[in-house]
Amino acid sequence: MKNRFLAGPYLLWMAVFTLIPLGIVVYYAFTDSITGAFTLENLAKIGIYLPIFFRSMGLAAIACVICLIIGYPVAWCIAKASPSRRRLLSMLVMLPMCMSFLLRTLAWVALLEDTGIVNQALGAIGLGPLPLVRNNGAVILGMVYNYLPYMITPLYTVIMKIDPKLEEAAQDLGCSGGQVFRRVTLPLSIPGIVSGITMVFVPAVSTFYISQKLGGTGTVLIGDVIESQFKTAYNPNLGAALSLILMLMVLICVGIMNHFSSDEDLGEELVVQ
Amino acid sequence: MSKELIRLGDVSMVFDGEPVLDHIDLTINDHEFLTLLGPSGCGKTTTLRIIGGFQTPTSGDVYFDGQRINDLPPYRRKINTVFQKYALFPHLDVYDNIAFGLRVSKLPERSVDKRVMEILEIVSLRGFQNREVTSLSGGQQQRVAIARALVNQPKVLLLDEPLGALDMRLRKDMQNELKRIQQALEITFIYVTHDQEEALAMSDTVVVMDKGCIQQIGSPVSIYNEPKNAFVADFIGESNILDGVMREDFLVEFFGHRYRCLDKGFGKNEPVDVVIRPEDVDIIAPAENVLCGTVTNVIFKGTFYDTFVDVQGFTWLIQTTEFCPVGTRFGIQLDPDAIHVMKKSKYSEQFGDYSSYSDEYDELEADPEGGADEE
Repeated sequence: MKNRFLAGPYLLWMAVFTLIPLGIVVYYAFTDSITGAFTLENLAKIGIYLPIFFRSMGLAAIACVICLIIGYPVAWCIAKASPSRRRLLSMLVMLPMCMSFLLRTLAWVALLEDTGIVNQALGAIGLGPLPLVRNNGAVILGMVYNYLPYMITPLYTVIMKIDPKLEEAAQDLGCSGGQVFRRVTLPLSIPGIVSGITMVFVPAVSTFYISQKLGGTGTVLIGDVIESQFKTAYNPNLGAALSLILMLMVLICVGIMNHFSSDEDLGEELVVQ
Repeated sequence: MSKELIRLGDVSMVFDGEPVLDHIDLTINDHEFLTLLGPSGCGKTTTLRIIGGFQTPTSGDVYFDGQRINDLPPYRRKINTVFQKYALFPHLDVYDNIAFGLRVSKLPERSVDKRVMEILEIVSLRGFQNREVTSLSGGQQQRVAIARALVNQPKVLLLDEPLGALDMRLRKDMQNELKRIQQALEITFIYVTHDQEEALAMSDTVVVMDKGCIQQIGSPVSIYNEPKNAFVADFIGESNILDGVMREDFLVEFFGHRYRCLDKGFGKNEPVDVVIRPEDVDIIAPAENVLCGTVTNVIFKGTFYDTFVDVQGFTWLIQTTEFCPVGTRFGIQLDPDAIHVMKKSKYSEQFGDYSSYSDEYDELEADPEGGADEE
C-alpha cells in the first residue's frame, strides 16, 4: 500500500536504531559481564539500587508538578492571547531551548554556588551564603528549568483548541469565571496535561547531567548510576539491566497516565452534521 | 400576557469603529415568541448576545423586568441560550450536559434527576441519557442543547439559528416542536434566523433587521402584507416592487394605468413604491386598456409555476397554477387588496424587477433540462 511505502524510511530507521539496540540492551541485561553466559544476576542487583530508582522518580514527579503549576497559567494566557501576541509568547517559551542544554545547566551552577552571583548579592545585604546548590532542590530546579517548555507546548495547543463557545455555554448555565475553569476548561485540557507530564517526566527521570552538576553526593540519580556503569565501572551488563528496568517503570507510569485520558475522546471536537 | 419583559433602549454597538447596531429600540413581552430576522451581518446575533450578556452595548440600556442589566454577567441572568452549533460539552454525556446548569446552582441530586428526566421526555430523548453527545445525530444534539437550556426553567430562551445545521425535513419538524415547547412551557423565546419562512411560521412577532437597524416590527401577517419598505418587501417572500405615483387616496398609478387600492395618507402625486405579491396577480385576456405582458421564462415549482413576464421592459414574477408557455401574451388584473403602497426609502432603488434573479434560478435556467422551455 502507498501509505506503508511512505512510512518505509522511518520503519527502517526504527529497526536499525531502536529495535536492534533494544535487543542488544536486553541481551546484555541477561548475560554475565565476564563469561557472557545467561544470568539473572544483573537484574537481581536492582535491590541495591531501588532507593536511587525511587529518588529519581520522586524528584522527577515533583518537577512535573511544579512544571504543571507554573506552566498551566502560562499556557492558558498564550492560548487566550491575540494571534500576534501568541506567536511572540510561544517563541519566548521556546527561546531557552535554542541554548545548549549543558550551558544552561552550568549557568545555574554559576548562579547558585557559594561564590555565585546570587550568594554575592545576598552577601552584599548581609545574608548567606546559603547552600543553594548540591541538593535536591537545585536538581528539581534544573529539571523544571530545562523541561518547562515541554509542559507548556502541549498544554497551550490543547487549550487553544477548546471552543470558546463552550466556555460561553458554561457561563450561560450559571458558571462564574472560576466554575467555568473547573467544570469545562480544566477537564477538556486533561489530554494536554497528560502529554505535558509525560514529556517532562520521561526525560527528567533518566537525566544524569543535571544531577551531576547541580546535585551533590546525596542526589545521585539512576541516570548517573547507569552512566557510571558504562563509563567508569565497566559493567555494561548491569547498566543495561538498570536501563531495562527504568524503561519498564517509565512505561508503566505513562500507561497509567494515558489511562486517565483515553477512556473518553476528550480532545475531540463535537462534530455537527 | 403582554407584560413587558425585556427592553432595549437606544442600544448601539460598535466593533473596531464599525457600527454593528445603530440605536435599536425594542420591547419584548413575556411569553412572546419573537424572531430577529435579517441577512447575515444585520446585527441580529449581536442583539441576541447583548440580551444574553455576552456583549456589553457601546451605548444604550438593556432592561430585564424593569431592572437595568447592562453590567450583569451572563451567569446571573435568568436567560439561557441555545447556541448556533449547540456547544455541547464533549467531556460529558447527555445526562450530565443537561444536568450541568442545575448542578452549578447546587440543586440536590434527587431534584436534578427528576428534572433531567422530565425534560428528556419533553424533547423526546428518553433513553438517551447515557449516550455520549459526540455519538448523536445533528437533530439529537440540537434537542440536547434545547433541553440543557430549558431544564433551568429560564424566563427567556435565546436561540441563535438553532436549526441552521439541520436538513430541510428535520428543520420543519423542529420548527413545530419548538413552537409546541414554547407554548407548553410558556417561556419567552427570542429566536435569530435568516430564514424568512421559519420566522413567519413560528413567531408571534417578527423584527426585520438590516445594516444594524430595525426595519419593521410586527406580526408575521402584517409584515408580509404590509411591508414598510422595499427591503422588507423583498426579504420577506417574493415581491414585484414597482415605481408608482399616488394620484389620490385609494388611487395609485403605475405603467400608465390607474388602480384602486386600500392605501391612503400620501401626498397628492407623491412618488411611491408599489408592492405586488406574485400570487396576487390574476391573468386575463389581453385587451386595449389592460396592462399586458409577455412570458419570458417559466419554472415549474410543484404546486405552481413561477412565470416571468416582461411588462414594458420590467420583469414581473407571477405565480400561476396554469402553464403559460414562453411567448404567451396576457393581461394583468389586480384587485385593490393585491396592491400595497409604501413610501419611498433608501432601499427603493436597490430592489426592483426580476430581470436578474437569484443564483438558484440562474442555475436552473442554465440547465437545458431545467424545465424552462418545456412544451
